[in-house]
Amino acid sequence: MTELTSLTIAEAREKLASKEITSVELTKAYVDAIDAFNGTFNAYVTTTPEKAMEMAKASDERRVAGKVGALEGIPLGIKDLFATEGVHTQACSHILDGFKPKYESTVTQNLWDDGAVMLGKLNMDEFAMGSSNETSFYGPVINPWKAEGSNQQLVPGGSSGGSAAAVAAHLCAGATATDTGGSIRQPAAFTGTVGIKPTYGRCSRWGTVAFASSLDQAGPIARDVRDAAIMLKSMASVDKKDTTSVDLPIPDYEAALGQSVKGMKIGIPKEYRVDNMPEEIEALWSQGIAFLKDAGAEIVDISLPHTKYALPAYYIVAPAEASSNLARYDGVRFGLRVDGKDIVDMYEKTRAAGFGTEVKRRIMIGTYVLSAGYYDAYYLQAQKVRTLIKRDFETVFHAGVDAILTPATPSSAFGIADENLAADPVAMYLNDIFTVTVNMAGLPGIAVPAGLDKKGLPLGLQLIGKPFEEETLFRTAYVIEQAAGKFTPAKWW
Amino acid sequence: MSVDLATVKRVARLARIAVTEDDANRMVGELNGIINFVEQLGEVDVTGVEPMTSVTPMDMRKRVDAVTDGDKADDIVANAPVTDRNFFLVPKVVE
Repeated sequence: MTELTSLTIAEAREKLASKEITSVELTKAYVDAIDAFNGTFNAYVTTTPEKAMEMAKASDERRVAGKVGALEGIPLGIKDLFATEGVHTQACSHILDGFKPKYESTVTQNLWDDGAVMLGKLNMDEFAMGSSNETSFYGPVINPWKAEGSNQQLVPGGSSGGSAAAVAAHLCAGATATDTGGSIRQPAAFTGTVGIKPTYGRCSRWGTVAFASSLDQAGPIARDVRDAAIMLKSMASVDKKDTTSVDLPIPDYEAALGQSVKGMKIGIPKEYRVDNMPEEIEALWSQGIAFLKDAGAEIVDISLPHTKYALPAYYIVAPAEASSNLARYDGVRFGLRVDGKDIVDMYEKTRAAGFGTEVKRRIMIGTYVLSAGYYDAYYLQAQKVRTLIKRDFETVFHAGVDAILTPATPSSAFGIADENLAADPVAMYLNDIFTVTVNMAGLPGIAVPAGLDKKGLPLGLQLIGKPFEEETLFRTAYVIEQAAGKFTPAKWW
Repeated sequence: MSVDLATVKRVARLARIAVTEDDANRMVGELNGIINFVEQLGEVDVTGVEPMTSVTPMDMRKRVDAVTDGDKADDIVANAPVTDRNFFLVPKVVE
């Protein structure tokens, strides 16, 4: 029999509907796969097989009773950043040791309300700060992809590295993820999966551990464009508990697939042609342009002049917000406590022991740029630059551009414990050079696999859209997917 | 602008993170690397530009000022490292 874990969400949905399979069978297949292979990938930091089987059984019963949700019986993995009631929720940080929330995040509640099944919590960079999943307290995740003829272990990207690896290795049908500077799109590109960061406000942030509140958005990582469309529709909602969630109708994203892109204007920003860009990335980009041109889209050269300032502005705004958000981890209300001689000593020792190196570095940067005398020079300047970055996009959209095509990342997946990256934090930050502008402007962005490099590793393209026009992105990404095909790693595990 | 050892220690104190001498010395180099990287923002002309306060223009949704939640003391202290009868316990803060 074909492996049940190789089915996409859409395929599983069909087989469940025709009663060819049950959710209990499908879920059991994933539970067994996780049992057998999670040790190889370290994608899950905690698994919930009993809860999964219980949820699957309940789903099958609902189906018999004629109550079928949009994700009825589909087994999903959940990034450790989402609060899941009574289940390990630690943002993969030591400082949240033992934290089991008494509440459920809005995004995951939406998924369960639509009938989905939870398999467990997925590995990630600590507090979503990282581009390689190596800052996790639970250790790195192994990318299911390997370069041809090489046995080197590669990173799956980050921060949603566990989500991307689990989807690519078929350890879940789809996964939740979050994106503050590229944390959905970069790992999707590194693993040949599809990831979308929706417009800021499309998904509720309630119950998602906060990193940088003005940038954080939840979204799915899935096997293909259709599955991403199915998942986003369920994840998105307006929510009384998040005043930045937006009260706009949620379209049927799946209905956008297959619609023509004829006559659509696709912008190609010249500023994304960066120095030392590998030839293969350049070639992939040209290939993407050709795919869309062949499908009838009009290609236009555009300029987004403040692009180069997005990453430096991000490394002021994000750490500033993080230093404030992470002030709550003080050893009093949850997680780790290290005793000290007085209360301040207790705070300082707890935070020294509980936070990893990268998280401390960003809290320090954030505290510095917000400190007396530096606020105007750094934070205020960065927020003004952010206005200019957003204005760049508004100008091109106003001129009639429907979507923007760029590479998703400046390279394919790199090796675990890369020495150059370990020695230079800024070199690691450059991974987000193409994705971070989208968060700064609050826009939607999708990463879709478009080819393999010479080493046989997947590369992704990014499409950037107007606010709340995710449908345009799905429609356009589907055209690229149809032309490029889908990419799955050769199974070595 | 660049940060020195004393600044790193002052910032660590503000951030309530205990740092050893070794940590602090290492952080001087790392933080300067990042600060140098973000310095390039200084070259952008921002005359007359408003700082961004919200990516999407929106009016804050408001609700009636009424109690909508509560009676969850057990839930609130459930994850705390040290508690006593629904209180969080901390080291003595007043003599």
